[in-house]
Amino acid sequence: MGKKEINLKSLFKGVGGAFFALILMVLALCVFTDTFATRLNFVNLLKQITCNCLLSFGLTCCLITGFPDLSVGSHVALATVEVCMYQNMGMSLEVSILLTLAVGVVIGAVNGFIFSRTGMPAYIVTLAMQNVLRGIAYVLTNGGAVIVANDVGMKFFNLSNATIANWIPYSTLILVVAFVIINTMLTRTVFGRHMYAVGGNSSTAVYSGIDVKNIRLVVYTISGLLAAIAGVLTASRVYSGQPTTGVGFEGEAIASAVLGGVSFTGGIGTLSGSLIGILIMGVMSNGMNLLQVNYYWQLVVKGIIILVAVYVDQVKRSKTK
Amino acid sequence: MDAEYIIEMRDICKSFYGVKILHDVNFKLRPGEIRGLLGENGAGKSTMMRILNGIYSKDSGKIFVNGEEAHFTLPKDAREAKIAFVHQEIALSANLTIAQNMFLGLEITRGKYFLDDAAMRQAALDALKSLGLDLNVDTVVGTLSIAQQQMVEIAKALMQDARVLVLDEPTAALSEKEVRFLFQQMRRLKEKNVAIIFISHRLNEIEEITDSLTVLRDGYIIADGTPTKGLNSSEIIAMMVGRSVTQFFDGEKPQGTGEVVFEVRGLTNQRVRNISFQLKKGEILGFGGLVGAGRTELMSAIFGLDPIESGEMFLHGKKIVNRNPREAIQHRFGLVSEDRKHNGLILVHSIARNLTMNVTSTFIKGIHYDKAKEKAIVDEYGNKLSIKMSGMDQLCQYLSGGNQQKVVISKWLASGADVLIMDEPTRGVDVGAKSEIYRLMHSLAEEGISIIMISSELPELINISTRIAVMHEGELNKIFDREELAQYDADDLQKEIMFYATGERD
Repeated sequence: MGKKEINLKSLFKGVGGAFFALILMVLALCVFTDTFATRLNFVNLLKQITCNCLLSFGLTCCLITGFPDLSVGSHVALATVEVCMYQNMGMSLEVSILLTLAVGVVIGAVNGFIFSRTGMPAYIVTLAMQNVLRGIAYVLTNGGAVIVANDVGMKFFNLSNATIANWIPYSTLILVVAFVIINTMLTRTVFGRHMYAVGGNSSTAVYSGIDVKNIRLVVYTISGLLAAIAGVLTASRVYSGQPTTGVGFEGEAIASAVLGGVSFTGGIGTLSGSLIGILIMGVMSNGMNLLQVNYYWQLVVKGIIILVAVYVDQVKRSKTK
Repeated sequence: MDAEYIIEMRDICKSFYGVKILHDVNFKLRPGEIRGLLGENGAGKSTMMRILNGIYSKDSGKIFVNGEEAHFTLPKDAREAKIAFVHQEIALSANLTIAQNMFLGLEITRGKYFLDDAAMRQAALDALKSLGLDLNVDTVVGTLSIAQQQMVEIAKALMQDARVLVLDEPTAALSEKEVRFLFQQMRRLKEKNVAIIFISHRLNEIEEITDSLTVLRDGYIIADGTPTKGLNSSEIIAMMVGRSVTQFFDGEKPQGTGEVVFEVRGLTNQRVRNISFQLKKGEILGFGGLVGAGRTELMSAIFGLDPIESGEMFLHGKKIVNRNPREAIQHRFGLVSEDRKHNGLILVHSIARNLTMNVTSTFIKGIHYDKAKEKAIVDEYGNKLSIKMSGMDQLCQYLSGGNQQKVVISKWLASGADVLIMDEPTRGVDVGAKSEIYRLMHSLAEEGISIIMISSELPELINISTRIAVMHEGELNKIFDREELAQYDADDLQKEIMFYATGERD
């Protein structure tokens, strides 16, 4: 029993402030709106955070290893287009999804390969990939949306929209599985330990015989896979492939991770921390919608909150020195 | 009215963290004099020059420039007093042109805000011409050779009409021809009554170009203004060495056994040439030499960090190749880098993480994470090396230099290293921790670990090493075996090592 408690404690180590802020936001929304604490909104909130959650898990891995992946936003757009087009080409839903994920793995691996082998900065490599992927999504669709013509038994639609016992969307189960796998990787495997080492000081990692290049390759591949999954679920939720979707998603995913205590300079952070950051971003959007805050103002508010949160974190860190 | 001395430093003292680096330093320099400033690594030359440059503040004492007391708190103050510095490392921006670099921070402007490029280019051109340099002032500095960059630095320094020029090891990166050229310029400046302080480890250059010498040893002035003429190199070396050698460690040296653990034959790459030596079980093989002699580069090659062009390595008689650090670690090598913050530790991570970095797979198998075993490893080495920590989760950035070094050493011991390369193992640790590290190295050697120690401090080298190898400009000039070492007393041995390290003998 005692051991469990310690684990919970360490799970939220260093993100106490963010966790407290999340609770405050939830309480405030419960008090000031009568629409927040409802079953319908709860289900809605879970659906809304799905995409950012997956991207943010990927970005958490990338940032812990040292650098972000800026291509995930357009990767989502491409994946939504792909999964719908494959179905319209006559492939089954399962094959379409697997093919989209396989392409996602390849895209991630290309990012990782170029970054780790050429030594070009990750920012540039993934920024270039961002343009390439967005461009391909437009080319494939001529800029328009792709509607799934024949969704047998609404299987595709239900992926994101059907719920278990009216409370939990199926897509949320995918988040839980992803969390467990990635968290295990980060905290309980040699590979995860080495990821932190590469992000903390890549030179020391080289001196310790750690295969820095391959770790980076794998991490960007993971990010690519997660972006593809996020794309599939996004397409299923809106029931179409949208080449215009996903603009700025990488920014939101990075912000969530950083809000949750992941260091932008690498080597520090936990997946549970990121999860709190994801929930803060999700509840904030959801709450502002309920409070009927204009979307344009929502962006301004989000931006300011990120600045403040990261500044507070930085002050906290320099104080402990 | 000019004073007799252009610079006079009187009773300068300076301490860092309670350790006195400069003891009542007195220094006088006449206009038009070329003065050689000499001393071993760590004798206090750089500290003294940094005080003159206004980078460090002095604890006590006075500085006079041309007879007037000067108070330097910033490099700008020294510049305004017409003292110009050319540092050992090139301090130019590689991305800017020669003209832009020469006027960096001193830009000529039209009005208050607008650059007057034409004026700056012309002035830069004149400055280069006065040094007899034929360079295009629009050339990007990054494309110049090191020697050319150095000349640009000197031109930049002189452009400000300097009366004193400090050259810190300017010849280290220059070819013979370029050195000739530099000396020619120095003589020309001397005629213009510019005083020059010339720091170099090359005794033949000191003998050739300087009028007089200042020698520092352990922060004390041993000689100031002694005419160079009439001194030979062994007399100069005798002034430099002779630090007390019993100051840190007075234990027995590890004996070592006859068994050859590791051997290098004819190792050559871009930085070192034809290196051969043997390492015996349980010994400490010291590597002496001046900074930049290629010792660190040799160890990088052995450890698989840098490529090897030719040569062979043998471990227990069997030929091995270390293509990367991973293979070196598999062959049970360990490398304690001279720069532990960059290459030894992950400062933002805990002691436990750092210490177990090479052996993570012994307690994490698949997804089974055996925390008790991890703790046992940390406890074992934490106790063995008496690392002072608040707990195994303490971050390395909060540890003292000595404790950080112990974590790095533990990391390699935990991974089972039996050839341990230690590059300047006591750099940046305080005196108490120093002797602790010496004792530790001694007991590791007694346990049968073979240690290669690079040290630029002669007393350390002499006190700790079973045998001593000396390198000079990428070559291994001499290995002193135990019998040979026993023949000399400490002072003579320091002189002997210095002879080989400066290339006076090879």
